[in-house]
Amino acid sequence: MKKVKYRPSATRLLILSFSFFLSFSTLVLAQDDSELSEDPEQGISERQGDVAGPMESNVEAEASGDAAVGKELFNTLCAACHKLDANSIGPPLRGIGEIRETDWLHAWIRNSQALIAAGDEQAVAIYNEYNQVAMPPFPQLSDADIDNILAYVNAPKAVPQAQQVGGQAAGASDGGGGISTDILLGILAFILLMLLVILYLVNKTLRRFAAASGVELPVREKRGKPVWKSFVENQFLVIVTAVVLVLVGSYFAYGWMMQVGVDQGYQPIQPIHFSHKIHAGDNQIECKFCHSSARVSKTSGIPSLNVCMNCHKTISEVAESTATEEYSKEFYDGEIAKLYEAVGWDVTQQAYTGETEPVKWIRIHNLPDFAYFHHAQHVEVGGIACQTCHGPVEEMEIMYQNAPLTMGWCINCHRETNVRTAGNEYYEKVHEELSKKYGVEELTVAQMGGLECAKCHY
Amino acid sequence: MLFIVGLSVVSCVENSKPNYQYMPNMHETVSYEPYGAYDVFVDEQEAKLPVEGTVSRGWRPFPYEHSPEGFAAAKTELTNPLPYTEETLAAGKALYTIYCALCHGDSGDGKGILVEREKILGIPSYDDVGRAITEGSVYYVQYYGLNAMGSYASQTSIEERWAITHYVMTLKDELEGSPAREFEIPEGAEAGVEAEGENGEDENLMPPVNAEQPMEVKEDDTDEGPVEEIEE
Repeated sequence: MKKVKYRPSATRLLILSFSFFLSFSTLVLAQDDSELSEDPEQGISERQGDVAGPMESNVEAEASGDAAVGKELFNTLCAACHKLDANSIGPPLRGIGEIRETDWLHAWIRNSQALIAAGDEQAVAIYNEYNQVAMPPFPQLSDADIDNILAYVNAPKAVPQAQQVGGQAAGASDGGGGISTDILLGILAFILLMLLVILYLVNKTLRRFAAASGVELPVREKRGKPVWKSFVENQFLVIVTAVVLVLVGSYFAYGWMMQVGVDQGYQPIQPIHFSHKIHAGDNQIECKFCHSSARVSKTSGIPSLNVCMNCHKTISEVAESTATEEYSKEFYDGEIAKLYEAVGWDVTQQAYTGETEPVKWIRIHNLPDFAYFHHAQHVEVGGIACQTCHGPVEEMEIMYQNAPLTMGWCINCHRETNVRTAGNEYYEKVHEELSKKYGVEELTVAQMGGLECAKCHY
Repeated sequence: MLFIVGLSVVSCVENSKPNYQYMPNMHETVSYEPYGAYDVFVDEQEAKLPVEGTVSRGWRPFPYEHSPEGFAAAKTELTNPLPYTEETLAAGKALYTIYCALCHGDSGDGKGILVEREKILGIPSYDDVGRAITEGSVYYVQYYGLNAMGSYASQTSIEERWAITHYVMTLKDELEGSPAREFEIPEGAEAGVEAEGENGEDENLMPPVNAEQPMEVKEDDTDEGPVEEIEE
């Protein structure tokens, strides 16, 4: 057997764990649990940094506009290009009423191009500042609509105080819980130890008392023949034991050999913590949105970073609600920053720097070279859901290999899966003949020749 | 004790590393695998862009440049070379659901799941008056992207984008309450399977290699399209 790159040695592992067992034999269980619990306080202190005071803004919400209606309009019409507090395609709009006059804003929003064409100085300046990207005209907005939008953008930033307080309280109680379990386990282990010591001491003292008061303790008699000797002399027993040992041994040896080369459960640490749970699960993004070549080619395709940037150009940080106990908002934001660095996206300038570096994703599903698998054939023609082989990807925070990807597993599916023959006029005759030959209504892949060696091995 | 040793073996098995292989020579290809990392490439990257001045098979250069002028020209001149048939529309709908519905919504009103969850905001409805989308502008935006929307050219083929365009225009009609467009009968449909293949609806979803034939047919169409417009 040739050594491959990352070969975990089973014997080394066994020795390691045995020595581990010996060194902590009494405490093994307690230790296991205490190591697992993590420090949940980590994220909280950092999160508190965000609780900076409300953004100072002297602009009063305009009496003429309704900020709630304005928010709705802003989110549908403006938010594609404008953020409230950060540069995007266009300038940030919070407190815009301070900088520009209301009349000018009205004219600009109605039809910015007309304003530029008319040679308005402010208009031309802002047009040039933002790379001459034309803002589309909004003739459908009434004066009241625009006032509502302005009321919304001019309103000072609100701090979600209730949420912050709630978060802190929850965090604190969590922290307390984690520590107390640790302490409890420690105390339990300690009590156990003390009991053992006490038992030993009591036994010792009692024996001493017995010796002092002259009571004779029963002493075990020595047997004539040790058990192992009589065992060896009984040939039948020896043969039976040998057969049992060989059978049990080969059972385990077989089990061990069958897992060689099977990477089920393989879960490498990727260079960027990409959560399929957030993307495919919470946000219900189609698998094929990113893995688009699964529709048309042999490989499912690792999306290039421009696909990430189609959304993450505007999504530079995760929402507060996306963060979980395990992964904080700061952690996720850091991962998005890694993407920006790799793709060379300057957030402040909203432009690509041109300095890119590859993201070295680690391949999880890898069939051996001697087996052929075509994604489009299964996904597009067969209409097989991605989850059939890849498992509940939409629930995986960290991606892992769900199926064993062994030949037996492939064959089993080919035996059980019916072929989609409906609407396939070209092969209608073949399907009919085959159905007649096997005497079945619906053909399985196996009956179509899906078990032929050369279908996958050539 | 055995149990505990077994337990610690199990808990120590690392899932972060692949299992060992029996005779890896037959597992690992001599040839370069897609997306592999090999020393011969720049940055070790096997996945590469086409060499400058070349296009990958099944690809055709887009005659409009990425600029406000190019957009304006595409918006007025460019028309859909695919016939408006039921198959095209169904293909367009399937692709729309994968790529567009996330933000633009299933009915094209700009209220997709990402908008509802407030991840991406400001998605206009297709019947937006100020934007007044046309077939050409829809295709242009898919190809280059516009404002906050990125390019989807790397995920779709030429035919797929035009099929999506058909579906988007249908959604626009529905939003505006316009009467539904009638399906065209592809030329030579009576001639049977061959002609249909020629028009490329069925083969649209096949790899670009197979789609090369219909694409050449359409190249003529698009080349003629703008010329006619100008003459008029």
